[in-house]
Amino acid sequence: MGLAKRIIPCLDCENGRVVKGVQFVDIRDAGDPVEVARRYCEAGADEITFLDITASHEGRQTTIETVKAIAGQVFIPLTVGGGIRTLQNIQDMLNAGADKVAINTAAVDNPDFVREAAERFGSQCIVVAVDAKRVDEESKGARWEVFTHGGRKRTGKDAIEWVREMVGLGAGEILLTSMDRDGTKIGFDLDLNRAVSRAVSVPIVASGGVGNLQHLVDGILIGEADAVLAASIFHFQEFSIQEAKAFMDSAGIEVRELAILE
Amino acid sequence: MLNKIAIIDYGMGNLHSVAKALDHVGTQKEDHVEISITADPRVIEASDRVVFPGVGAIRDCMAAINRLGIGAIIGDCIAAEKPILAICVGMQSLMTMSDENGGVNCLDIIPGRVKNFSNRLLDEQGKRLKVPHMGWNVVSFDAGHPLWTGIKNRTRFYFVHSYYVPTTEINPGSQVAGQTLYGENFVAAVAKKNIFATQFHPEKSQAAGLLMLKNFLEWDGTVVNTEHL
Repeated sequence: MGLAKRIIPCLDCENGRVVKGVQFVDIRDAGDPVEVARRYCEAGADEITFLDITASHEGRQTTIETVKAIAGQVFIPLTVGGGIRTLQNIQDMLNAGADKVAINTAAVDNPDFVREAAERFGSQCIVVAVDAKRVDEESKGARWEVFTHGGRKRTGKDAIEWVREMVGLGAGEILLTSMDRDGTKIGFDLDLNRAVSRAVSVPIVASGGVGNLQHLVDGILIGEADAVLAASIFHFQEFSIQEAKAFMDSAGIEVRELAILE
Repeated sequence: MLNKIAIIDYGMGNLHSVAKALDHVGTQKEDHVEISITADPRVIEASDRVVFPGVGAIRDCMAAINRLGIGAIIGDCIAAEKPILAICVGMQSLMTMSDENGGVNCLDIIPGRVKNFSNRLLDEQGKRLKVPHMGWNVVSFDAGHPLWTGIKNRTRFYFVHSYYVPTTEINPGSQVAGQTLYGENFVAAVAKKNIFATQFHPEKSQAAGLLMLKNFLEWDGTVVNTEHL
């Protein structure tokens, strides 16, 4: 018995509402992120990741209020990503009750921002989100490049080199999304995951492509991820968190059982 | 009855999580809980119990602790037998010294040295262990300390840290109140008189963590059934 592999449901939120759709039979308003986060927490989620896809400044203030409301009711780790560009953004999210922030575009624009953030707030709360896409060249073998803007903008950076650089600057965790797999439900890019996981010492959260429970198992056993993030399979109640954990447990993966209090 | 909690604020990291969790636990009890996030010695002196959290690098933490005279304040709380809960880097700050940042002297309230998880850490099957140690791990403990009341041995708590205190560092005078295996056995919780210090984050450990915080709100700072203390 040792460290459990984590299951992390991801909430995509815009202007304080969960988008991408969440369906819960007995929640009236499945768009309320506080309700959704609380439900996942009670169901045994190991962490919650909240991705803010709001564009406007006003919307960001709403996000801070939402994070405050979640953190007042959900007592498991909460990661907030999306639009984290300044030390003040990080401070605001931590003050609101987030435990970690995920930095993506701002790290690509200015890698030193990750160093400053880790020095100021500690590596434990700095997650670097990496969106990677396979760009193999003939005879050179598997290669992935870092993209931003939801996979539309290529950076020219090699994903493996980039992750090494980010960890060197103080990233405490990597949230790795395969842009090829995101939304496809055909499973994680396991080669990408394994390559990144072996390249750095910090934990890797695998994201992008989960369509069934075997994909979660593969992400950990083959992709060597430390945590698996998924959205739609949980949102639409295809599988519960407990079903996912039971399946992973039967595959020999150590998971966290809900605490039994005397 | 009013239960006044002072969370010591020395400018390092996220005090809001622990404040929210204590507030959540407090409002479920009949007595009124008043939480202050403060570095004011008068407020801390007037409190019934003290939480000493901390995240980030030990050098910056100790610099802030020393600048604000937090060591003396904690010394007064110990003398006044006030219940103290130290969390994560708060716990590490109580030790003698830490190997982090090239070696930093700490408060030396609990003798022992804080060490770094190696990047080449392996588990029993020879698999590489990631650093930071991040996530839910099993805490083994002997019942006896009031803060474990109602919590089952080998319950999982949430950890996130790269530095740790090996259980072998704890000398008589303090007691390993909980241990966890990650490469080697390390101190998940250590107790000394009216101090209870955890490497894990009870405020992020869902039901079991909230129960520990509730136990802390009810703890009078004394320990029974513990032969080492």
